[in-house]
Amino acid sequence: MKFKWWHGALILLFLLAILSPIASSFPDGLEKVAEDKGFIGTAVAPFFRILPDYMMPGLTNRAAATILAGLLGVLILFGIGYSLAKLLRTKNET
Amino acid sequence: MHIPDGFISTPIAAAGIAVAAGSVAYAVKATNKKMGEKQVPLMGVLAAFIFASQMLNFPIIGGTSGHLLGAALASIFLGPWAGVLIMTSVLIVQSLIFQDGGLLALGVNIVNMGIVPCFVGYYVYTGVAWLFHRSKVGLMLGGGLAGWLTVVASAALCAFELALSGTVPLKAALPAMTGVYALIGVGEGLITAAVVALVLAVRADLLQLQKA
Repeated sequence: MKFKWWHGALILLFLLAILSPIASSFPDGLEKVAEDKGFIGTAVAPFFRILPDYMMPGLTNRAAATILAGLLGVLILFGIGYSLAKLLRTKNET
Repeated sequence: MHIPDGFISTPIAAAGIAVAAGSVAYAVKATNKKMGEKQVPLMGVLAAFIFASQMLNFPIIGGTSGHLLGAALASIFLGPWAGVLIMTSVLIVQSLIFQDGGLLALGVNIVNMGIVPCFVGYYVYTGVAWLFHRSKVGLMLGGGLAGWLTVVASAALCAFELALSGTVPLKAALPAMTGVYALIGVGEGLITAAVVALVLAVRADLLQLQKA
């Protein structure tokens, strides 16, 4: 198989996912505003949990749990985006 | 800026779901049979890139962090309707699998982080690019400005929804949200301009695919 531009892009995306444990753990803009304005308490817990907080459950190493969740997410979203575009593809273009 | 359940009222959440569902249905219609071969991997890469970079929170002042939104980038590359589909995919996966953003709030989050910024971003980018005769500097400037404005527009919209839900008064929410996100938006603008610059350098043809 010929090496295409997006194979390189996917490798870069995996590297990006591996960087995920160094992300800032400060509250994001909306959370911060919610804390400052006193409405953070109105948030309702999720109805179910699969991979909450971008961490693979069952792993004690937080960095590894985050990286695995990130890699999984990258694969899922590449798959969804690719398949969606394939379904919506024009029929007469080669 | 993923809104968790509870921040917004049921009527606002329901209105968000209705607008999101209608827009996504139209987006499928608008993009159907219009995707070229080149767009297929590009759409996958963009969705995965937006997911990965939304995990990478960068700190801004005052103990707050922000992350890329990516709606401007998605619509710059593939046009606003395909951008809506990309952002919707990311937001659904984040809400269902990673519990980031509420389930009832999903519609509102798709409106705030997908539909509105994809259109704001697309028209700001194409407008600035046109003003600069699609020169390289113009495309980068358009990308940067689109990135910043999409984040601020998204934050302002979120403030209105919080206020309409009776969660927090508008006069408190609007300055606080737009203030914080005006800073986070600088990061968005820089990343958007940098990605446009990178693609111009290595695969300039990928910037010619977008359709309204």
